[in-house]
Amino acid sequence: MRRTPGRAVLAYLVALVTVAPLLWLLFSAFRPESELYDLGWPSELTLSNVAYVLTEVPFLRYLANSAFVAVIVTVIALFLHSMAAYALARLSFRGRGFAFASVVATLLISLPVILVPLFIVVRGLGLVDTYAGLIVPGLFNAFGIFLLRQFYLGVPRELEEAAHLDGCGHWRIYWHVILPLSRPMLAALAVLFFLANWNSFLWPLAVAQDESLRVVQVGIASLQGQYASKQHYVIAAALLAAIPTVLVFLLGQRWLVASLKTTGLR
Amino acid sequence: MSPRRTRDSRSDAAAAFAFLAPDGLGLLLFVAIPTALALVVGLFDVDGFGNISWAGLDNFRLMAGDGLLWRSFGITATYAVLFVPLAFAAALGLALLVKDHFPGVGVVRAALFLPNAVSLVVIGLLWQFLLTDKTGAVSRLTGLDGVSWLGDPNLALVTLVLISVWFLMGYQMLIFLGGLQDIPRELYDAAIVDGGGPWQRFRHVTWPMLRPTSFFVLVTSTVNAVTGMQAFDLVFVTTSGGPANATTTVVYYAYQQAFQFGRFGYAAAICALLVVSLGAVTGAMFALTRGGRFDA
Repeated sequence: MRRTPGRAVLAYLVALVTVAPLLWLLFSAFRPESELYDLGWPSELTLSNVAYVLTEVPFLRYLANSAFVAVIVTVIALFLHSMAAYALARLSFRGRGFAFASVVATLLISLPVILVPLFIVVRGLGLVDTYAGLIVPGLFNAFGIFLLRQFYLGVPRELEEAAHLDGCGHWRIYWHVILPLSRPMLAALAVLFFLANWNSFLWPLAVAQDESLRVVQVGIASLQGQYASKQHYVIAAALLAAIPTVLVFLLGQRWLVASLKTTGLR
Repeated sequence: MSPRRTRDSRSDAAAAFAFLAPDGLGLLLFVAIPTALALVVGLFDVDGFGNISWAGLDNFRLMAGDGLLWRSFGITATYAVLFVPLAFAAALGLALLVKDHFPGVGVVRAALFLPNAVSLVVIGLLWQFLLTDKTGAVSRLTGLDGVSWLGDPNLALVTLVLISVWFLMGYQMLIFLGGLQDIPRELYDAAIVDGGGPWQRFRHVTWPMLRPTSFFVLVTSTVNAVTGMQAFDLVFVTTSGGPANATTTVVYYAYQQAFQFGRFGYAAAICALLVVSLGAVTGAMFALTRGGRFDA
């Protein structure tokens, strides 16, 4: 367990190599078109690529759609998942074990596998080509329930009992005791949900053909087709789509990292 | 760990129902029912307009003669066989590298995770740009400007595997870090007293103690390789399944069948087969490692 400076230096190098492609994206987006593939420092840094994408393509609309969907899903999902987790961790009722096992079982289901039947269900509900179709299926995800339940199991019983003696019902205990205590976990999940929804591609691609509902990931993928010979615009658009995720991650990473490290343990 | 009963459990039950109902109904409607449907939609012909008719085993008979489908299963299997061990080794190596404190360790860990925060669509566009034949940064930096990373049928899948490893290794590293930090320090102290060098400490303390975490990573990473988003998003953006179908994964093929050709029933039948195969593979992994014991 000796600490050698060699290990730290190696770690810095590996980290630098890992983020290098992302830094390359950052710089390339501001290069003049003629120097897009050059290796050296550009003769000038230009905002014209980014400006073009923001003004000549409905890119602001794509960004706004993504922001709207990701924020709404994150807020509602956190609320629903913490309620379910509270019931599974803190209330005793018949069938609790079964309810929890059923929730965990859904963790194994990934979107590509159920894409077609999910699409059929959502179409049956009349939600194709609507914001609801983009939002509602994204709300339900057992991972958040699972992590919050683990967290709530560790909340000392005494806090709840004191609140109960003060005359609080379940709702007020959940709202005034449990939720405030779980802020770090809620923050971690908020980061995770925002990233997952901002980055989601396959579901919006399948459920929304209407251009006014286009989210940013679908938007840049379609730009790629239209602007095959104008890569500087595609790269600028990719940077615009990446910036919010990188910011959210950097701001929220201390909670996120702590929660992810426990994922594999339970 | 069951909480003590402190209240009338009947009022608990009513409250529990109210707290669970919204999420429970949602999971039922948007996860459980589609999953159940996934197993039966394949028995019908469903077109893009919602017309449904009974097909019996027709879709499954069609599958038998669909060479591209079997090719996509082979491609998915190859992808998983390359990706799982590479990502496992990279993630474990990184976790060992950054598990102890040194100045800036937090920044290093964040940097290693950063690709995972970016969408696979952006990742795909970025690497397509970096790997552009002849003019891309990779060609210029390495001097390998005769190599067409994404355009050569023999190389494209391997290139996608490497991009996926880069994308996911930070995530798996964090899970390994959790496992590493759970190993009691005394075990290492005892090993040092016994004169164990770094390799022996890894072999006799870290590796066995990390078994449950390793198993978790192995299984989730296999499932991810087969049905995860990189099997679709990354393929869609970088190669569209090409060149010459060399990167057409099963989930990409199923998407094409459903949303490009309107053959929803056929796509569902493919996914049903995928789920069954994946179940068999994870079951076999469980049996071979005896529930996560690697050294048996």
